[in-house]
Amino acid sequence: MNLTLKIWRQPNAQTKGKMVDYKVTEISEHMSFLEMMDVLNEQLINKGEEPVAFDHDCREGICGMCSMFINGEAHGPDRGVTTCQLHMRMFKDGDTITIEPFRAKAFPVIKDLVVDRSSFDRIQHAGGYISVNTSGNTQDANAIPISKHAADEAMDAATCIGCGACVASCKNASAMLFVGAKVSQYALLPQGRIEAVDRVKNMVAQMDLEGFGNCSNTGACEIECPKGISLENIARMNREYLMANVKD
Amino acid sequence: MGRFFKSSIGRKYAMALSAFFLMFFLLQHFAINILSVFSPDAFNEASHFMGTFWAVQYVLQPILIFGVVYHFVMGFILEAKNRGARVKKYAKNNGAANSSWMSRNMIYSGLAILAFLVLHFIDFWIPEINTKYIQGDMSGLLGDGDGFRYYEELVHKFVNPLRVGAYVAAFIFLSLHLMHGFSSAFQSAGATSMRKEKLQLFGKAYAILIPLGFIFIALFHHFNH
Ligand code: HEM
Ligand code: SF4
Ligand code: FES
Repeated sequence: MNLTLKIWRQPNAQTKGKMVDYKVTEISEHMSFLEMMDVLNEQLINKGEEPVAFDHDCREGICGMCSMFINGEAHGPDRGVTTCQLHMRMFKDGDTITIEPFRAKAFPVIKDLVVDRSSFDRIQHAGGYISVNTSGNTQDANAIPISKHAADEAMDAATCIGCGACVASCKNASAMLFVGAKVSQYALLPQGRIEAVDRVKNMVAQMDLEGFGNCSNTGACEIECPKGISLENIARMNREYLMANVKD
Repeated sequence: MGRFFKSSIGRKYAMALSAFFLMFFLLQHFAINILSVFSPDAFNEASHFMGTFWAVQYVLQPILIFGVVYHFVMGFILEAKNRGARVKKYAKNNGAANSSWMSRNMIYSGLAILAFLVLHFIDFWIPEINTKYIQGDMSGLLGDGDGFRYYEELVHKFVNPLRVGAYVAAFIFLSLHLMHGFSSAFQSAGATSMRKEKLQLFGKAYAILIPLGFIFIALFHHFNH
C-alpha cells in the first residue's frame, strides 16, 4: 500500500521542530510499523537526507522503547500492543498517518521521535526495589506463603514495561498508572511490605518533582497500556499513600 | 499532613472529599426542593427550619461555602498544573478513542456550574442573607404577614423563561460533570474495583436522576403558575 506520513522532525532538544510530509510506497500489510519506518529511512538515506530517529530495541513488545504517538494514540490504533507489534494491516492504502513523539514536560524530545524517559528511572530509583539485606536469618522466599490472588495481582502489576504510553495518552501527562503499577508490584507481597511506607512516599514525591500531571481518572492510560495495567493499581497506590502519611 | 495535601495524590483526596460533600448536599437540597411540588406547606416548614436553625446556619452553611470554594479553586489549580505537564500539544490527538468526553472536560462543565452558582446566589442566597441578617427579619413571613414567604419567592423566580432556561442548561452541565465525577471521586479515594460496576451504575443513575429532578422542579413551577 501507499501512504502519506506526517512526521515530527526536530534535529535536537534546543531546536524547534515541525511536522514534515513523506510518501512511502509498496508497503506490505504484513510489515510491522517499525519496519515501515525502516523502509522510509532507507529511502531517506538513499536520497542523502537525515533518517527519522526513533527508539526501538527488542521489537517483540517487551522492552518498551518504541515510543510513538500514531494518529492521536500512543502506539497507534491497535489495543494491547507496542509500536513494534503494530501491523500495517491496521491501516488502509492511501491513508495519511500522523506520527509524533510522546509529549510530556517530563519526557523532553531528544531528537525527532526519541524522547528522554529517564524521569521514569529516577522514580524507580526512589523506591521501586526491595533491599535484600542478608542478615544471617534471611528466609527462603519459597517458604513465605502468598495467596494466589495476591501473587497474580503482583505479577500483573509487574508486567509494566515502563514504556510511557500511559503518560503520553493522559490528557494531564500523569504518570500515575506507571507509578501505581510499580508501587503495587511490591505492596502486594510480604517482601515488599517491609519498606512499603517509604517506597510509596518517595516514589510519589519523585513523580511530583519530575513535573507529571495529576490523575483525572479518565482511564485513557488503561486503554492504551500495551500490558493492560489496570486503574486498580492507581487506587491501590492512593490507599498506600494515604496510609503511609497517616502512619507518620 | 501539610505535605500530604501539597502532593498530587493528597490533592486528589481533597478534591474527592469536597466532591463527596457536595454530592451529599445536592441530595439534601433536592429532597427539600421536591417538597415544593407536592406540598407548599411542607416546603415552607422545611425552608424555615433550614433558614433559621443555628446548626445549619452557622455550622453547615460555612462548611458548604468552604466546600464549594475549595472544590472549584482546587479544580482550577489542578487544571493549571495538568496543562503545564504537557507544554507542547499533539498535532493530532484522538481522545475519544480512550476516554469519555465528560472525563476530559470537567473544567468546562465545572465552569458552567460556577456561572450558574453566581446566578443562584444572586437569586436566592443574597436576598436571604439580606432579609435575615441585614434587615433582621427572621420571621420568614410574607410582607403582609400572610403566611411563609419561601414558596411565594420560589414560584416568583420561575416566571421568567430566560431564568428557567439558564437553570435547565446548568443542570445539564451538572449531569455531565457528575457522569464522570461520581465514580471518579471513589477512584480518587482509593476504592477498590470489586464493586466497580455497581458503583458506576449507581453513579450514572445519580448523575442523571438528581439533575433531571431539579429540571423538573423548575419546569413544574414555570408552567403551573
Ligand atoms: C463550582 C463550580 C465547579 C467547578 C469549577 C468544578 C470543577 C471540577 C474539576 C476541574 C474537576 C476535575 C478535577 C480533576 O481533574 O481531578 C471536578 C471534579 C469533580 N466535581 Fe466539580 N466543579 C464544580 C462544582 C461541582 C459540584 C456542584 C459538584 C457536585 C454536586 C461537583 C462534583 C464533582 C465530582 C464528584 C468530581 C470528581 C472528583 C474526583 O475526581 O476526585 N463539582 N470538578
Ligand atoms: S503502565 Fe502500561 S503504559 Fe504505563 S509505562 Fe507501564 S506498560 Fe507502559
Ligand atoms: S521495540 Fe521493544 S517493545 Fe517495541
